[in-house]
Amino acid sequence: MPLLTIEDVSVSYGKVDAVRSVSLQVEEGQIVTVIGPNGAGKTTLMLATIGLLRSFGRMTFMGEDLSRLSVEDRIEKGLCLVPEKRELFAEMSVRDNLLLGAYTRYNRATINNELEAVYERFPRLKQRHKQDAGTLSGGERQMLALGRALMTKPKLLVLDEPSLGLAPLIVREIFHTVASLRELGVSVLLVEQNARAALETADVGYVLETGEIVQSGEASSLIHDPRLMAAYLGGH
Amino acid sequence: MDFDIASILAIDGLASGAIYVLIAIGTVLIFTVTRVVFIPFGDIAAFTALTLAALEMGRLPGTAGLVVVLAGMATLVEVVALLRNGRAHEIPGALLYYLALPLALVGVVWLSEPLYQSSMVLRILFSLILILPIAPLLDRIVYRPIADASVLMLLIVSMALHFALVGLGLLFFGPEGVRTEPMTDAIFEFGSIMITGQAALIMFAAVLFSGLLYLFFDFTLIGKSLRATAVNRSGARLMGIRPERSGTIAYIVGSLMAGVSGILIAPVNTMFYDSGFLLGLRAFVGAIIGGLVSYPGTAIGSLFVGVLESFASFQSSAFKDVIVFSLLIPILIWRSIVSVHTEEHDEE
Ligand SMILES: Nc1ncnc2c1ncn2[C@@H]1O[C@H](COP(=O)(O)OP(=O)(O)OP(=O)(O)O)[C@@H](O)[C@H]1O
Ligand SMILES: [Mg+2]
Repeated sequence: MPLLTIEDVSVSYGKVDAVRSVSLQVEEGQIVTVIGPNGAGKTTLMLATIGLLRSFGRMTFMGEDLSRLSVEDRIEKGLCLVPEKRELFAEMSVRDNLLLGAYTRYNRATINNELEAVYERFPRLKQRHKQDAGTLSGGERQMLALGRALMTKPKLLVLDEPSLGLAPLIVREIFHTVASLRELGVSVLLVEQNARAALETADVGYVLETGEIVQSGEASSLIHDPRLMAAYLGGH
Repeated sequence: MDFDIASILAIDGLASGAIYVLIAIGTVLIFTVTRVVFIPFGDIAAFTALTLAALEMGRLPGTAGLVVVLAGMATLVEVVALLRNGRAHEIPGALLYYLALPLALVGVVWLSEPLYQSSMVLRILFSLILILPIAPLLDRIVYRPIADASVLMLLIVSMALHFALVGLGLLFFGPEGVRTEPMTDAIFEFGSIMITGQAALIMFAAVLFSGLLYLFFDFTLIGKSLRATAVNRSGARLMGIRPERSGTIAYIVGSLMAGVSGILIAPVNTMFYDSGFLLGLRAFVGAIIGGLVSYPGTAIGSLFVGVLESFASFQSSAFKDVIVFSLLIPILIWRSIVSVHTEEHDEE
């Protein structure tokens, strides 16, 4: 049974259909990426998956129908989204942001170890644990968003452009982190502009264009597809 | 005006200011967490005073009836909403939470009449217990169905709710004014300055509850989750923090502070079923000075309103409200100048 199935899902903003009849699956332990040009509907699809946007069609998570579940219910079931806008608690400290990640499963006895585990992954966050999230640099903010999401201990982590606006060195670090989530038993649904890095990290890829899936398959074969190469990989 | 009179007026003003601080902080808390400008906190304060007075006279206060009616309505609204959303399995929980719990609180007060006859502390405690469910129940009945409405819409609903509450107040408490037993006869003298025990108690309570709120925000996960909801609602939801739950907690905490203020003012001011409006409005001016977001700003603003009111009533008591509320205009102009920045930030 797949962890997440999205079947024939459509999302619209008023009269504008942003996502049309999309189907995709994430198996347990897989990293699945959705790539596509600006405005393709990637963010829209992710917001619908977490329940922040209303959608039509069928979605199940661990076999359970998602349609009746609120955003908060989905978080409790082990879904987690790092949204494109990050939605950090700007006027709260880095440490408080991370603590709130553990809100639904807060345990006083183990919380410090969990914080340490995130700090180990992102030492920069430890140095800045008292600083307000709103005063962090762009890269530090991405780390905090990712760290906060890891504090929810998700089964499926949905990442919307985790490398947005980052220096190449940090991009590599972020993708390294994403790849390492497999070992923690976390499955990942990854939206990316950086198609090459995304396909190198993922097991399966989907290509979304103007709200529809136009191509899908093993990431390793997509990366060698000449048409895709020309459209998204810019031939480097 | 000599120094003695000025000091008396100042202390008097600070004491009323402290009352407004308690109400205004609750107003800011509710606004930041739910975007609702909850005008009726003044009514909550007045109802607490009336409740305490009824308990002193050995009567079951009208608050009991009010809570029972509101609990019934809230249960109905919740059950209908659950049925419509296909969540019928959650109905037993809703009955427990919206019906059984408020009724149990009323029952406790009702059954323990012999106890509170003898003790003022218990009477105060029971008054607070009776008052706490009101705002969360109103939230469920009135605000939650329109939680996504604009701030202006929510404000208009608040005004309507306030007038509805005044009507209910007349129904459940009657038109008589009440004054409760003084809590202390102590008078402190510092040189030529005299402070009554009641004024000292009021100021102490304002400091104590502000301090407790600060600790709650900074050192508890629930407090942090409330701040998170206030700072970024979608961000909070993505962490599994339910805005409705944060709202309920904020209403309870705010009611506690408004209730305490009502209990402290009841021995010094005669309270009627409609006394809450002016209390709430003055506190609201204090909260506006703090921009409806800053707690220190709100505390300073409320104290300022109290002191201004006190001096204004010495100069010309007929005009004291005119003076206090005229103050709103320059403050709103000043706020609209300094807050352009933050609004842009919110749009992000
Ligand atoms: N709130 C909204 N109201 C109306 N239209 C919207 C709204 N949000 C997005 N859209 C439109 O929906 C389409 C899909 O947007 P979406 O943000 O999902 O694209 P995307 O694939 O994430 O793009 P990008 O790679 O630039 O992030 C776009 O045409 C966009 O203009
Ligand atoms: Mg996007």
